[in-house]
Amino acid sequence: MSGLRQRLVALALVLPLLLFLGVFFAWPLVTMSAEAIPQSVVARGLPRTAAAAAAWDRTTPPTEAMREALVADLRAAPDDQALAGVVQTLNSAKSGYRTLIARTVAALRGGEGPADLAAIDRRWADPAFWRPIAAETANTRPDANLLAALDLRRDEDGTIRSLPEGASANRRILVRTFVIAGLVTLACLLIGLPYAMLMASLEGWRRQVLLAAVLLPLWTSLLVRTAAWFILLQDNGPVNGLLRAVGIGALPLIFNRTGVVVAMTHVLLPFMVLPIYSVLLGIPRNLMQAAGSMGAHPIRAFVEVLLPLSARGIVAGALLVFMAAIGYYITPALIGGPQDQMISSIIAFYALQTANWGMASALGLVLLAITIVLYAVYHRLSVDEPGRA
Amino acid sequence: MRGFRTLVSLGTVLAGLAAAGPAPARDLTVVSWGGTYQDAQRKIYFAPFSQASGRKVLDESWDGGFGVIQAKGKAGNPNWDVVQVEAEELALGCADGLYEKLDWGKLGGKDAFIPSAVSECGVGAIVWSTALSYDADRLKTAPTSWADFWDVKTFPGKRGLRRGPKYALEFALMADGVKPEEVYTVLGTPAGIDRAFRKLDELKPNIVWWESGAQPLSLLSSGEVVMTAAYNGRISGLNRAEKKNFKVVWPGSIYAVDSWVILKGAENRQAGQDFIAFASKPENQAKLPEYIAYGLPNKAAGALVPAAYAKELPTDPANTAGAIPINADFWVDNTEELTKRFNAWLAK
Amino acid sequence: MTDPFIRLDRVSKAFGGVTVVDDLDLTIGRGEFVSLLGPSGSGKTTILMMLAGFESPTAGTVSLDGARIDRLPPHRRNMGVVFQSYALFPHRTVAENVAFPLRMRGMARPEVAGRVARALDMVQLGAFADRKPAQLSGGQQQRVALARALVFEPAVVLMDEPLGALDKQLREQMQLDIRDIHRRLGLTIVFVTHDQGEALTMSDRVAVFNKGRIEQIATPREIYDHPRTRFVAEFLGETNLIDGVVDRAGAGTATIRVADGTAIEAATHHALASGEAVTVSLRPERLRLSPSAEAPNALPAAVADSVYHGDHIRVRIDAPTGSLIARTPRGAPEWDRGARTFATFAPGDCWVLPR
Repeated sequence: MSGLRQRLVALALVLPLLLFLGVFFAWPLVTMSAEAIPQSVVARGLPRTAAAAAAWDRTTPPTEAMREALVADLRAAPDDQALAGVVQTLNSAKSGYRTLIARTVAALRGGEGPADLAAIDRRWADPAFWRPIAAETANTRPDANLLAALDLRRDEDGTIRSLPEGASANRRILVRTFVIAGLVTLACLLIGLPYAMLMASLEGWRRQVLLAAVLLPLWTSLLVRTAAWFILLQDNGPVNGLLRAVGIGALPLIFNRTGVVVAMTHVLLPFMVLPIYSVLLGIPRNLMQAAGSMGAHPIRAFVEVLLPLSARGIVAGALLVFMAAIGYYITPALIGGPQDQMISSIIAFYALQTANWGMASALGLVLLAITIVLYAVYHRLSVDEPGRA
Repeated sequence: MRGFRTLVSLGTVLAGLAAAGPAPARDLTVVSWGGTYQDAQRKIYFAPFSQASGRKVLDESWDGGFGVIQAKGKAGNPNWDVVQVEAEELALGCADGLYEKLDWGKLGGKDAFIPSAVSECGVGAIVWSTALSYDADRLKTAPTSWADFWDVKTFPGKRGLRRGPKYALEFALMADGVKPEEVYTVLGTPAGIDRAFRKLDELKPNIVWWESGAQPLSLLSSGEVVMTAAYNGRISGLNRAEKKNFKVVWPGSIYAVDSWVILKGAENRQAGQDFIAFASKPENQAKLPEYIAYGLPNKAAGALVPAAYAKELPTDPANTAGAIPINADFWVDNTEELTKRFNAWLAK
Repeated sequence: MTDPFIRLDRVSKAFGGVTVVDDLDLTIGRGEFVSLLGPSGSGKTTILMMLAGFESPTAGTVSLDGARIDRLPPHRRNMGVVFQSYALFPHRTVAENVAFPLRMRGMARPEVAGRVARALDMVQLGAFADRKPAQLSGGQQQRVALARALVFEPAVVLMDEPLGALDKQLREQMQLDIRDIHRRLGLTIVFVTHDQGEALTMSDRVAVFNKGRIEQIATPREIYDHPRTRFVAEFLGETNLIDGVVDRAGAGTATIRVADGTAIEAATHHALASGEAVTVSLRPERLRLSPSAEAPNALPAAVADSVYHGDHIRVRIDAPTGSLIARTPRGAPEWDRGARTFATFAPGDCWVLPR
């Protein structure tokens, strides 16, 4: 009896955590995944047309039955919102459906009996504007968005092909996102590791000052920091002023990758420094002395002793920085050039501008999947060395 | 500030999707573009309306984006009432049934407004322009056209353009010799789109792409670019506030109408109708140009604007010569495909 | 001391204005086992750090075998160091730890393996070669540290309180082991400790540190029996100190008059002047309690306290000169509290210190 009670109490204690995980982690993930898979909105929104188009060969002009069915479907729609998904899906497949359907619905409103679609909009005479309807109603492909997120599409016969060159650049931008995140991680490591070591080797107020210097940016809004870098890195900004003053001359620091990496490194540096620092604090100082007494040059001692022992902090910091960097959006938008836009800006475009939640979710899922794979690789690597501190 | 707040907007959208429970009675919530423009609106529309009607007005700002409107609509009980939207958001939302129908009787009839400001779901609030701008204190010779914008020999230096296909493609075609009034006809064909991208290729190394409306001005101020596409309202504002000598080249500019809409099913839709009527009165609209150089859709309002301000407005007859309205229908149909292509082109 | 192998010449060390080692001279012979003994903060560890090269002297020179080494970095000094906290590399196995100094010297793999095996056998840890340090007990870890410090046959082995973290039994075992290894390998060892028993049992010579200076450096017997200063007398073992004035100084003996007027006959090893203020040091084990006053020195006393210690009995007595401690062997007659007795000792049992 008391065992059950104890279990209930224990459950009640972890309930807030479970709720938190469910509401803020699992639920968004599930809805995002569901959103990425296109529903058969067109077939459900235009049921008569779907039936009539099943037999169409997709090259000859649309049949009389199809045209009548479409008119009937559009008239039968209970309200405009019912057609919103249909229009969205069709316009994504071929530009033009937004105005085409809106115009047609407006023209059909209030009328009855047969209507001449081609007279309402001559695009209806073009089989090209019937093919997407036929294709979308025939079989909805659950992977359409996911493929499109990777610049792929399925042909009519089902084979997967790349989109034509110049039509979309998601793959390129995904690769770039990981390259930039990698560069930022590397830069954070190169600065953060010596910094953490210096911090761990100092004591008293000196350590406090260094700690404050690395924590301070965390307490400032991302926007403010990015704006500050925008001013600092300008062609006529203070950094270039200094470079000119010392005779190096102005360097292009803004609207290119240098600027993005500099600004992102500054923003993300604390996430590298703090884990390394905390691991370093746990390493006895006399290990380096011991190595020295046994004949190890300081560099050798660093490589053989300090580096492997701080590996856990380095890996944790690198993962934190890398994962955070992948999602960056504002900094590359403001500091970067056209070659530095990251995948988040594409996701934001689909979500905020065109309300194409399917594509936004699909891109998000692709990002998530790649991240999980990278994490798994890291995990495998770290497990391969058992007992490493 | 537009691009700046997009992330915040995304959060708002998600919060909106999550908030499903019944909400207590809200104040009339009016959403506009923020910045100095909204400051002016607060002074001449929100506060006076609040005083006249005895209703509290809560004003918020957003960055635009149809996705935001759609998310509000999906949430069922939107927490916004009146929103100022761009032409495409008006067209998309109206077609998808996301807005209430306006009571034109309250607004004084459709004839009281310029034609492009009239729709079933919205009424024009301002007319604004995206135009070639430059710092007259820096440039000895004044550029007069988009062809000059593309001419890096005569005008060496970088140029600012809004990142995205909208405006960039139109301006490219004009620079390539297409007459302004034919721009959308040419753009309506695949060959026309290819032509615009080819023209952009020429200038690509010299373009600094901006996202938020404040950026082109700081680019001009710092000398980062010698000329840029910019929103006209901000130019005259900055000239006045910071004693700059930025000039707007009106021929070849593209003007657009922003409209007031009421979100479908909004709790305060009745008050919203009253507010829009109040903000559309000629005597109220006429106060705006003193603060910001936006044109007025109410025909009667134009006559009430002092001449000194009137000549800065996109609606001034001297400024409309050679200018074209944005083709919202074209962009409603083609934004997604052309943005994909534009991003691919940028990434090359 | 055969020849000066290690030599510290007028070495000083200050940390931020605080002098820790003050103008100090020290020479250590080849093959010698020297303990640096003193309370914490007396400068003994700093000397070791300067020998190892982890600290550099503020003034003075350090030389090894005739060559100056005070500007040499640690990795070029060829000294083995054993730390109190072992300082084993936690990410390496026992064998890898011991192999480390050999690898640093670029030794060939097979030779490394052989030497590591021999070193581990020497400390009886051959079976633990593949374990990680965390899987060993404290004593085993310290033996690994010892093997690691010895395996490359360094010129000098420096030990910084190596047994401080071990419990008593293990400590005594390790003391024997280290002494044994020292004898077998003929190593030069500098051993820092604050445990006087350890210093006395293990060393050829003991240097007693106080406030950055060496109070006395001598063999354990000399330093125990003939402390040169009051500090040394008090720091090494227990002693009764009685202040007095030289009444009459003769050849090899002197009469010291202490506080209450009692005269003490003491053997002396250096000349004393009449009227000189001195302190008489009297080790508790040299004091005998006797019912009669038949001895050169006999102080009448009353037993204040008597405590059984197993191997001896510790008796506190109240004498005219103050409270004294006597250590009487097991089996000697027991004393009740309050019993009248005489504390007796021969002139040779006490040691006269300058005051």
